[in-house]
Amino acid sequence: MSTEEIRAALAEIVNEVAGIPADSVQLDKSFSDDLDVDSLSMVEVVVEAEEKFGVTIPDDEVKNLKTVGDAVAYIERNIAA
Amino acid sequence: MSGLQVESVSAHATILGVGAYRPVRVVPNAEIVDAIDSSDEWVQQRSGIRTRGIAGESETVVSMSVEASKAALESAGVDVQQVDAVIVATVSHLMQLPSAAAMIAHQLGTAQPAAFDISAACAGFCHGVALANDMVRGGTARHVLVIGVEKLSDITDPTDRGSAFIFADGAGAVVVGPADRPGIGPVVWGSDGEHYDHIRSRKDWTEVVASGDLREAAITMKGSEVFRWASYGMAKVAQQALDRAGITVDELDCFIPHQANNRITDAMARSLRLPDTVRIARDIIDSGNTSAASVPMALQRMIDDGDAKSGDTALLIAFGAGLAYAAQVVVIP
Repeated sequence: MSTEEIRAALAEIVNEVAGIPADSVQLDKSFSDDLDVDSLSMVEVVVEAEEKFGVTIPDDEVKNLKTVGDAVAYIERNIAA
Repeated sequence: MSGLQVESVSAHATILGVGAYRPVRVVPNAEIVDAIDSSDEWVQQRSGIRTRGIAGESETVVSMSVEASKAALESAGVDVQQVDAVIVATVSHLMQLPSAAAMIAHQLGTAQPAAFDISAACAGFCHGVALANDMVRGGTARHVLVIGVEKLSDITDPTDRGSAFIFADGAGAVVVGPADRPGIGPVVWGSDGEHYDHIRSRKDWTEVVASGDLREAAITMKGSEVFRWASYGMAKVAQQALDRAGITVDELDCFIPHQANNRITDAMARSLRLPDTVRIARDIIDSGNTSAASVPMALQRMIDDGDAKSGDTALLIAFGAGLAYAAQVVVIP
C-alpha cells in the first residue's frame, strides 16, 4: 500500500469513528488539536486500523501517534515488517 | 459406610426478584466540573453522564443494601426468613471486618444465613450471580440474596480529571432461587492480573495512613487502556456468554453491561453487532458509574421502565479492576 492509500483508508476510519470529513484527515493534521479526535475516539481509530491494516498498535505506542502522518508512518513500517 | 449424605439439589436456578436503592441527592455535572476544570458538555461527551447519585452521611453501604434487598425480596415474593445466603459485591465497605454481608443480613432480620463479601470490583455482581446459581443448583442454598453496592464518593478524588465525574453511589440486589427451567446461563469469567494497575487504589491502607492524606485511598484509572480493554476485549467475552447460553444476538432482548461509560457501551454494542431490537441499559446517564451496583441498578431501571419484560433474555456483563470480568445471560423475572 502506498502512503496515500494508507492515509485515505485511515481517513475513512476517522470519518466513521468521529464523523470528521475524510478530506480533512491530512498527514500534517494533529488528531487532538486539528481534528478534535479525543483520546477515547483515538482508541477506536487504533483498533479499527489494526483490523484494517493487519498491524498491532500497543497502548504504549498510541500516545506517540500525535498526527495523521505519525499514524500512517507507523502503519507503513509495521505492514512491511 | 455407604457414603456421605448430601442435600437434594435443584436442577435449575433463576433470578426471582430485583430491587435497587438510589441516593436521595442527585448531583448534576455543573456541581462537580469546577474541581476538574471541565464543563457539563465535556463530561457528557466523554461519558454520557448528566447526573449521578451521591449518598449522604446516613446512606451507608449497609443501609443502601438493606433497602435494595427489601425491594428485591418483595418483588421475588420471598420472605426474609427464607434467605439462606447473602453475597455482597463491593469495594467501598471501608471496614475490613466484619463483612458488610453479615451486617446487612442482620439488619434485614434474616435467620442467620451464610453471609460474605466478594472482592471483584466492578465485576463483582456478575460473580455473585454465578456463585448463587451454582449454590442453588448444588443444594448449598435455596434462596440467595446477591447485592451489588457502592459508596464510591468515599474513595473518589474530586480533583482527579480521569475519574471524578464518573463514580457514584447506589445499591442493587437480586434474589436467586430454584426454578423449573434454567434462568441463569453459564458464566464466562476470568481475570488478567498482568494489568492490575489499570484500575486500582492509589495506595494501600498502610501507605494511606502513613501519608496522612485520605485522597491517597482514591481510585485511579488508566482511561484509554481501560476503554480499549472494556470496549473490545469484553465484547468477545459477552459473545462467549451468548454462545454458551445458546442465544444469538437476534434472539436477545436486553443488553445490560456494567455502566462504566456510555461510550464503552456503544463500542461493545457495535462490536457485538447488536440489532436495533435489543434494548440497551443506559442507567449511567442519570446514575453515573456505581461499580458493583451498576448492573442490578440498571436491571431494575429497565424492568421499571418496561424495557425488560418478564421472560425476556438479558445479557449481563461486568468488568473492572483486577482486571476481572464475568458475563452471563439471564431470564428477566
